[in-house]
Amino acid sequence: MSATNDELKQRIEAGIPGARADVTGDGHHFNAIVSAEAFRGLPRIAQHRLVYDVFGTELGDRIHALSIQTREPNQ
Amino acid sequence: MSEAPTNPMRDAIQSAISENPVILFMKGTPEAPACGFSARTVAILKTLDQKFAAVDVLPDPRIRQELSSLSNWPTIPQLFVDGELVGGCDIVTEMFESGELAQALGVEDGEAPAAPQPATVQAAPLGIENRL
Repeated sequence: MSATNDELKQRIEAGIPGARADVTGDGHHFNAIVSAEAFRGLPRIAQHRLVYDVFGTELGDRIHALSIQTREPNQ
Repeated sequence: MSEAPTNPMRDAIQSAISENPVILFMKGTPEAPACGFSARTVAILKTLDQKFAAVDVLPDPRIRQELSSLSNWPTIPQLFVDGELVGGCDIVTEMFESGELAQALGVEDGEAPAAPQPATVQAAPLGIENRL
């Protein structure tokens, strides 16, 4: 079963405290713009890891590709 | 079930990361990238005139498996500078656009680029390709 934009959005927002996600995609390739208070002060690489961690091994498998842009709130 | 005391693949990946100041793990080769994200990352490095070593992860699934377990990063490509993971395509792109990547690579302000990389002779199973 392929993933949906809504599913990814909801899982990111549930998985990262205070996150807001905008997800676009075609069921296989997705782009997520995520802002979260949890990102504040973290290096970009750690911010992206938080998003990747929501999906674990589904990445590259059920979710073929996920592009991520992270933002601190009000940025 | 006991784990093997040595892990040659992991060791080879670790050595490649240590020995090459700029190294990209990608799908395909710089000449023939096999994925759009790898292609974009290569294009950015070429735009910066950055020499880099490249490893194709596709020939052996264990490369990707060991790399991701070592770097704690799930996707390909992965760019390492001075032994540290910089990120994948998204981060490299963002850093390129903001000028941070040139800074991280030490190529800002038209300064001399990072020291030329010696041609490394890499033992199997990793194929390292130096971009000259």
